Amino acid sequence: MSSTIAGAHVHDDSHSHEHTLGFLQKYVFSLDHKVIGIQFLFSTLLWFVVGGLLALAVRWQVAWPWSDMPIVGEMLFSGEGGQISPEFYTMLFTMHATIMIFFVIIPILAGAFGNFLIPLMIGADDMAFPVLNMLSYWVMWPAFICMIAAFFVEGGAASAGWTSYPPLASVASAAPASGPGQTLWLWGLIFVGISSMMGSVNYMTTIIQMRAPGMTMFRLPMTVWGMFITAILQAFALPVLTAALFMQLLDRELGTGFFIPSGYEINNASVGAGGGQPLLWQHLFWFYSHPAVYIMILPAMGIVSDIIATFARKPLFGYKPMVYSLAGIAGLGFIVWGHHMFMSGMNPALGLTFMVSTMMIALPSAVKTFNWLGTIWGGRLQFTTAMLFGLSFVSMFIIGGLSGIFMAATPVDIFIHDTYYIVAHIHYVLFAGTAMGVFGGIYYWFPKMFGRMMNEKLGKLHFFLTFIFLNCTFFPMHILGAGGFPRRLADAYHYKTFSHLQPLNEFITYSALGMGAVQLIFVFNFVYSMFWGPRCGRNPWRANSLEWQAPSPPGHGNFDFQPIVYRGPYEYASPEVDEDYYPQTQPPPEGRQAEAEHAHH
Amino acid sequence: MNAHVAHHFDNAEQQFVTANLGMWLFLVTEVMFFSGLFAVYTIYRYLYPEAFHEGSRHLDLVLGTINTTVLLLSSLTVALSVRAAQLNRQKQLVWLLVATIALGTVFLVIKAVEYSHKFEEGLVPGSGFQLRHPYDEAFADSSRARHVELFFAVYFAMTGFHALHMVIGLGIFITVLVLAIRGTFHSEYYTPVEVTGLYWHFVDIVWIFLFPLLYLVA
Repeated sequence: MSSTIAGAHVHDDSHSHEHTLGFLQKYVFSLDHKVIGIQFLFSTLLWFVVGGLLALAVRWQVAWPWSDMPIVGEMLFSGEGGQISPEFYTMLFTMHATIMIFFVIIPILAGAFGNFLIPLMIGADDMAFPVLNMLSYWVMWPAFICMIAAFFVEGGAASAGWTSYPPLASVASAAPASGPGQTLWLWGLIFVGISSMMGSVNYMTTIIQMRAPGMTMFRLPMTVWGMFITAILQAFALPVLTAALFMQLLDRELGTGFFIPSGYEINNASVGAGGGQPLLWQHLFWFYSHPAVYIMILPAMGIVSDIIATFARKPLFGYKPMVYSLAGIAGLGFIVWGHHMFMSGMNPALGLTFMVSTMMIALPSAVKTFNWLGTIWGGRLQFTTAMLFGLSFVSMFIIGGLSGIFMAATPVDIFIHDTYYIVAHIHYVLFAGTAMGVFGGIYYWFPKMFGRMMNEKLGKLHFFLTFIFLNCTFFPMHILGAGGFPRRLADAYHYKTFSHLQPLNEFITYSALGMGAVQLIFVFNFVYSMFWGPRCGRNPWRANSLEWQAPSPPGHGNFDFQPIVYRGPYEYASPEVDEDYYPQTQPPPEGRQAEAEHAHH
Repeated sequence: MNAHVAHHFDNAEQQFVTANLGMWLFLVTEVMFFSGLFAVYTIYRYLYPEAFHEGSRHLDLVLGTINTTVLLLSSLTVALSVRAAQLNRQKQLVWLLVATIALGTVFLVIKAVEYSHKFEEGLVPGSGFQLRHPYDEAFADSSRARHVELFFAVYFAMTGFHALHMVIGLGIFITVLVLAIRGTFHSEYYTPVEVTGLYWHFVDIVWIFLFPLLYLVA
């Protein structure tokens, strides 16, 4: 990369650029990675609200089935006298999962943090392909429109579960919402897929090609490594889902019958040509959607690694093992998709291999966990809000990871399959894990995004209440699951076996309502701090990585100097300098200069 | 600084390598997209070999072979057009791009003719599907005959997505042609010719797999 030193003059013309841009080009159809990142951030946070409200509606029905929903019930279901209908309940959990996975978690990690941070952290002016980057955001809008429109078409939004298994999802006459709602769901996901594909190609190319002089791959912050490996996963796995989505669309619209089995009848009418394999959809779907689980957590792992090292004021423990374990998780993630299908009918020998490969993921995950603990160990911890969220990510990830090992074991999985145990596991990983990492990331990089600090007192209040409520919400779900309580049933108390679990469900719903309510603290803090928070300098956390050497917020072209990197991002408490941090761009003291020069050539 | 270097690149070489890498990575995602379709092909051919045998005999081997030749020729003209740009042969570049676009169009026209034959014969999956003139009468009377429809579903999906990629490729080549006529490309700057060429070769290679798997399995 030393050839790029020759380009130290690139900024001269980039600044004159800025003044000529109109409002639309600067804030709407912007080519600037930071604006695109913030566009992704706002869009996904809005979808987070929608997905959260859908979850609360699910909880209402599970705690008090068929009772009138307060306030919004009359408005939504005036036909049923303010109650949720069974079809509507099915739609609720389908759309909750779809929105949270494809419209919140994946785009907030890759789209928002990836876009904003990658060029800043590697010392580039922008992404390699700015136009492609802008398109990756605007292709999300057809997807947004499909998802919103789905709620208003005949039969309502998709209700076949977020996994969209055929034949329920493949035949328009299979269920009330298998009509246009399901078609819109498929189109929405195809657009999301195109957006992710564009983003991932851009991220990989940018990280490989656009690093500043001296920024070797092993000097990249863990956040960038997380984004890089996630982009590889997206590029390799997601197109397979896109192909499958198109085939399901063809099944529905043209009657091709890829996934419709022989002799399948609905209302005494035979459907499809026959010979199609519903199991094939499951394989293709999970070939993407299992790696997607890692797409949803690896960037958060990177973010948390950066936060923890910064606030422990210690070098990240085991940098290279952290990188290799990320790669290991991603690699293993490709060969474990079958563990979602233990109950779908599978050769036991194949099930065994999927079980063993799944359990092996515990190894790199444990490496990461111990390294985080090793980083904290003996550190001079600063309990900022971002650090609290980072620490809670680690502890909650342990719970979610351990329950994952249980369900990887085929005999255990057969019992807990389709129970609330699965719901508990996924929410410990994705909400208590990733969402907490995302909150931590927002508190950590907010000063860089908007040039102002968030309020720490409100932040800590938000953290503690969220932490308590989320555990009250999701931990009892393990107990429900062990009791066999099924997910996806609108009224499980119909079976007397489960009626004693209703009080626990009520407790969970109260906790979920509390968890939803305390997010208002975050919303207030976010909006207030954006306009009235105290201004911050370049480096409020006294961190090492490159983004903190740029102005807050960085202007067009990011750096007002040519960043040259001398060391890795985790040189905290270095004996070479008096300060307890040692920015990547700070030239080494005299005498060590020659050595460092040698290192990056 | 070269006028074609965007401000966030340091020099022309970095921009060229970056554009190439981006296209290669995009092609990886494309390989995975077609892999999904090839996986479906593999599964169904394994499950219903006779139906694939029967279905394949309904495809027009002559037109398929002509199309294969046409596409291979277009790959040659693309490779030569990149060389023409590298050697500053403006006129040759324009004519080779015109030839590429013409060959691509010929391919799509022949494909359309093939598709229309299938429509006439009732071999399009859906409610109107009918195997009117089976080659293997005994097989056509068995219950396994309806799996021929699945073969044609696979055939239309794979060749259809391939044709869609051709159409997109032609659109990009027309843009490249306009730029070439304006004299945009020279030995120092021919990135669009190069990366569009990469894409076109990929689309050709997909066909090189599709042709034997669909036309020659009978």
